[in-house]
Amino acid sequence: MRPDELLCPTPAGLCCPSGNFFVDPRRAVETALITHAHSDHARPGHGAVLATRETLDLMRLRYGENFAGRTQAVAYGETLTIGDVRVCFFPSGHVLGAAQILVEKAGLRIVASGDYKDVPDPTCTPFEPVRCHVFITEATFGLPVFRHGDAAAEVQKLVHSQNLFPERTHLVGAYTLGKAQRLIAMLRAAGHDAPIFLHGAMEAITGYYAGKMDLGDLRPVRDATKADLVGAIVLCPPSALGDRWTRRFSDPIACFASGWMRIRARARQRGIELPLVISDHCDWDGLLRVIPATGASEVWVTHGAEEALVHWCGTKGLRAKPLHLVGYGEEEEIEVLAASTEAATNTPAEGSGA
Amino acid sequence: MNRFAALLDRLAYEPGRNAKLRQMTDYFRITPDPERGFALAALTGALSFRHAKPGLIRTLIAERTDPVLFAMSYDYVGDLSETVALMWPAPSPEARASAAFDLSPHAGRCEEGDVAPPPAPSLAEVVETLQTLGKAELPNRLAHWLDGLDETGRWALLKLVTGGLRIGVSARLAKTAVAALGDTDTDEIEVLWPGLAPPYENLFAWVEGRAERPEADDPARFHPPMLAHPIGADDFATLDPADFSAEWKWDGIRVQAVAGFCPDGRHVARLFSRTGEDLSGAFPDLLDRLTFDGALDGELLIVREARVQSFNVLQQRLNRKASTAKLLAEFPAHLRAYDLLRDGAEDLHALPLTERRARLAALVEKLGDPRVDLSPEIPFSDWDGLAKARANPETVGAGPDAEAIEGVMLKRRDSAYLPGRPKGLWWKWKRDPFVVDAVLMYAQRGHGKRSSYYSDYTFGLWTAGADGDTLVPVGKAYFGFTDEELLQIDKFVRQNTVNRFGPVREVLHEADTGLVFEVAFEGISRSTRHRSGVAMRFPRIGRLRFDKPPGEADRLDTLLKMLEAAEATPASGGRVLDASARTGKRKGG
Repeated sequence: MRPDELLCPTPAGLCCPSGNFFVDPRRAVETALITHAHSDHARPGHGAVLATRETLDLMRLRYGENFAGRTQAVAYGETLTIGDVRVCFFPSGHVLGAAQILVEKAGLRIVASGDYKDVPDPTCTPFEPVRCHVFITEATFGLPVFRHGDAAAEVQKLVHSQNLFPERTHLVGAYTLGKAQRLIAMLRAAGHDAPIFLHGAMEAITGYYAGKMDLGDLRPVRDATKADLVGAIVLCPPSALGDRWTRRFSDPIACFASGWMRIRARARQRGIELPLVISDHCDWDGLLRVIPATGASEVWVTHGAEEALVHWCGTKGLRAKPLHLVGYGEEEEIEVLAASTEAATNTPAEGSGA
Repeated sequence: MNRFAALLDRLAYEPGRNAKLRQMTDYFRITPDPERGFALAALTGALSFRHAKPGLIRTLIAERTDPVLFAMSYDYVGDLSETVALMWPAPSPEARASAAFDLSPHAGRCEEGDVAPPPAPSLAEVVETLQTLGKAELPNRLAHWLDGLDETGRWALLKLVTGGLRIGVSARLAKTAVAALGDTDTDEIEVLWPGLAPPYENLFAWVEGRAERPEADDPARFHPPMLAHPIGADDFATLDPADFSAEWKWDGIRVQAVAGFCPDGRHVARLFSRTGEDLSGAFPDLLDRLTFDGALDGELLIVREARVQSFNVLQQRLNRKASTAKLLAEFPAHLRAYDLLRDGAEDLHALPLTERRARLAALVEKLGDPRVDLSPEIPFSDWDGLAKARANPETVGAGPDAEAIEGVMLKRRDSAYLPGRPKGLWWKWKRDPFVVDAVLMYAQRGHGKRSSYYSDYTFGLWTAGADGDTLVPVGKAYFGFTDEELLQIDKFVRQNTVNRFGPVREVLHEADTGLVFEVAFEGISRSTRHRSGVAMRFPRIGRLRFDKPPGEADRLDTLLKMLEAAEATPASGGRVLDASARTGKRKGG
């Protein structure tokens, strides 16, 4: 069987005709297998959703009780049979509950990896390379200029800046699901014991994480006094940076934790004063580590800088093609761009947590 | 180098003048001599080594990376130094070992497999080495330094060696940061500055109160200029024409030409931009003419055969790095003076404009140089009369120079010369541009700081086609909008893309759906290069018309009528340009 008979790109997303299901569909479908809870991958309104327990919980927090007709929790490593297709979820290291999905039929193994990273993250299960024939990869940071470096050193930059400007509020834009909680956990590991204040849009998801791990003293901004916020670290969705919401803080320093901050133009254009290069996606070096580790002879590239990664695969003798799936990562980019104009009261359309 | 790189990195992101000052002062306070002195030289543009050419940087990266991936990366990032700094591969252990052996033969060889990366160079080492290094040795030395630095360090080093240290800090701001180390006035440092040299140990010692003031007075120092406000329609009612004199607003570069005598009798002349950057090196032809003793405020223009050239022509000279004899002959620089701040030893700032102007006229006449003349006054008795002059400069004495006029300046006759932008004394009244409503058709990602935004727009007007009305592209614009509007357009482009061609997106443009821009432009001419047959001069986005259905945008006929009108009356506001006069990037403001 040809790989694109087992999994084929359609306008609704990656479709498996043999199992009659979609992976991360962009439109409501009968059966959806969902890699992780970011809104460009996890949509409400499907008939059935199969995902990890954490992904289902996070979708419920986002979309309410009735986000799907029915749900089925799948554990990492558990094998399911759908039609005549075997399916297995493996950790992708992207955010809490994020999975790669192995689809297997007649000896042909395809891994749809969703979004992933292969570097340490105290808030989620580490990435595992999965042997396969076809590896479907994102390429959010699929250019050699994206080198995220050591995330702990970036957190040190934040701590250092707080020492340098102790009277200023450090307002850190971070994606609501995943990045914010990772940043909190890393700040705690760096010895930052003071209360960390949260924008309203982050409370529910951070509360869910805090039920699973120790994130220290977290407080909502809305309950804080002006004096509490002087010199404090405050986390908010990127779209809240530069919003009227920020006027309550004393001379805030706009910080942003994202892989995009590696490109100066991006940080400058948004008026970011302290860019923190911390990403929940693989950087270029990470992509180049993971792809050979899967043993795949063929690589499909879903979203991001497909062209560069496809070219690199070619130089390594791997068959590669872009899938041109529309819509992934796009929202996030718009959110990044729109951040300075959008109202903070709107819960932002969350992308894949770059 | 690491500390300097960290400073540059923070400065590049810091928008606030005061926070920039604080970061620089903090750096100067904690960094020892001579490192901080070389940093000050770098920030003030006072370093004088031969800069590495971009070609060298390209060669170095080409030896280390895949050319296709480099091309894609460069296209994405939009800045050579940044691309190379990010892509530079970690040196292999063998390369490190051989580099360590080649460059420091006395250091002793390391054990195999246990080779540390080369140490990060100090800024002093970089600057001092570059001043003496032979051209042939530069590539290896640069690669060795790059191997020892991280992304930020590599970025800073490449910016430094290529001379592209653009981080939004003027020389004056850097000097102000030094002044803040003690209780010193920045102007005091300005006065001393020409007599000082990197690494400025005597300057720091004086500012920090550890030594006497260095001896050096600058006979040709910069004076902060006086700036004008744009005039609004409501302002005229409050102003009496009799209080004001008017001049043409020349479309050149505002400059200050300062000259004087050193204590030893030597004559010194300098040409400054309005921000105090020293432009002397770029205009040797004009500098030779500044034989007076004083400080002139005026406009730098290109004059050929007694005719002032448009800004486009001046731009062509500004774009060249080296001032070759051919360039100087082709683009003769000219100073059109409009104010005098110092006449010999006498400071004229406090005198009224009319008196300063009389002194200026005398100085210019005495100088007797055709390359330095007086900006003429425009005779007028009431605002309507001035409005007529503004609309038709040709008929009010400007003649063929009208092409280089972008409006009129109004100056209170009794105004003292006050640095900064004092309210109510000087006004600028620019000419009205042409305007059409056009439809966005294609968008392309910008370069430099706009590399992640769809900020270059191709727009079109309606014309009759085989199957009804169709849009024909008439021009491109990449500025005129605010940052907020840029976000709106960018969002619109991303959400309404119908086709992608590499970096270009085709945007939905139908009669009922699409985005209409009000496009303003300065002039119009026939062009064989454009499908529409016309070329607009200096088009920019005036307003976004989200309210207007594209079907109601203007037709190509409208533009053709404007063109015909302009051709019929070449002396009108529609200046007809050579097809070769291309719109280009313009000066700010």
